[in-house]
Amino acid sequence: MMIEFLQTLGKNTRASFTKLGRATFFLIQTVSGTASVLPRPRLLLKQMYSVGVLSFLIITISGLFVGMVLGLQGYYTLSDFGAEETLGVMVAASLVRELGPVVSALLFAGRAGSALTAEIGLMKATEQLSGMEMMAVDPIKRIISPRFLAGLLSMPLLAALFSAVGIIGGQLVGSGLLGVDEGAYWSQMQANIDFQDDIINGVLKSLVFGFVTSWIALFEGYDSVPTSEGVSRATTRTVVNSAFSILGLDFILTALMFGDD
Amino acid sequence: MDKSVSPQNSLVSVRHLTFTRGDTKIFDDISMEFERGKITAIMGPSGTGKTTLLKLIGGQLFPNQGIINIDNKNVHQLRRADLYSLRKRMGMLFQSGALLTDMNVYDNVAFPLREHTHLPESMIRTLVLMKLQAVGLRGARNLMPNELSGGMARRVALARAIALDPMMIMYDEPFTGQDPISKGALVHLIKSLNNTLGLTSIMVSHDVQETTAIADYIYVISGGKIVGQGTPQEIKQSTSEWVQQFMTGAADGPVHFHYPAKDYVDDLLSSGKRY
Repeated sequence: MMIEFLQTLGKNTRASFTKLGRATFFLIQTVSGTASVLPRPRLLLKQMYSVGVLSFLIITISGLFVGMVLGLQGYYTLSDFGAEETLGVMVAASLVRELGPVVSALLFAGRAGSALTAEIGLMKATEQLSGMEMMAVDPIKRIISPRFLAGLLSMPLLAALFSAVGIIGGQLVGSGLLGVDEGAYWSQMQANIDFQDDIINGVLKSLVFGFVTSWIALFEGYDSVPTSEGVSRATTRTVVNSAFSILGLDFILTALMFGDD
Repeated sequence: MDKSVSPQNSLVSVRHLTFTRGDTKIFDDISMEFERGKITAIMGPSGTGKTTLLKLIGGQLFPNQGIINIDNKNVHQLRRADLYSLRKRMGMLFQSGALLTDMNVYDNVAFPLREHTHLPESMIRTLVLMKLQAVGLRGARNLMPNELSGGMARRVALARAIALDPMMIMYDEPFTGQDPISKGALVHLIKSLNNTLGLTSIMVSHDVQETTAIADYIYVISGGKIVGQGTPQEIKQSTSEWVQQFMTGAADGPVHFHYPAKDYVDDLLSSGKRY
């Protein structure tokens, strides 16, 4: 019983480390492959479209609702202290620092990450990747790297869109419905949101999330068992692992970025 | 080694190849020669690693032992760049066709040309249309892969495989799952391409009739070993029980109908506990 437990533990640990090793090797190949994407911007643009532009709708709508909820909740709490004028700061800081990068990354993992995994997994299952290799075309350079780069670049743009729409949503509820002074909403925000501390740090966060999510999604697809069950499992793993990584990394990044200074 | 294939004239030679997957020996010390300009077929039942052999020849898998030479170069000792430049001279037709599903027929055939040459679009167009004409699908150039029948997809894949005018081409089960007309078309195409382009063809198949009709030389493999080889005529007249069972499609013989199991009566009477 004990021996069996130890055996399983050892086997699983070894499998995890082997996978981590494969993933790291894959990342190195992918990143070095991005050099060959730059002379062919059309490959990148096509992927930016499917990864980024096609995520516009979900990001915009979610951002709007998240901003509206922030406006409501913020107003209820702040008005207890007679501080509803600072609603703009609260909404903008929450969005730019945390919710923008985090929620848009979670949505991105669900919308674009799962699609990438399924696409790569099916390309593997239908021998398209193998076929490319036999045509002397490196599938990492031709297929993986452009998608990786597209994910990396799209993420901060989507997070910015999310935050911008959210701020408008907060304003719609705050000054549209609840009567917070519109001028106060914007001017308090302008005075208290710092470009370096808030906005740049938010962008950095979303770059990190874009990097990790794209890596996970592409690796899971590339490493999937090439059957329908294997691809479906890989897709699930992409979403779950991305969510964990995003939330875990967010804590670490927040601790590093927003400590007392 | 049979005298009808001389190693001097072979483009691909497989020597003492051993390949294992897990604990199973897929190939056990086999040697084969593939002669230039000829169609050589590898036959055997499903699951004998025929596709694996093609992947070994293409350098996608590594053997446990033995060497594979293509044009006097050891495939598995080439540097990556050299392996890729060798692959540009090899075509491979996958069983599924392996067409890129996000491109239409035209772009699929143009793909290797665009990736590997700097030809102007007008010349690529001419080349693509010539290749498509050769497989009879010039009119289908705007279709997407999911709009093609299985046979058409394989013909498009064939046009793509010959796009760079390779010296050899490997066919993975080209006839499987095809209706008689498609089969006939593929048989005709493989033969005529081989003759007109001076290709060396390696064909993996278990379709006896089609293969014996066009192959110049046949290897029959089973259980990781070569159980018979020779010209189609010699294979047909082989006295090997094994080859005879395969060629005539008998249900039982050296290859048993039943997957290995314990005694039938014992099995039915046992408690049903899983073992």
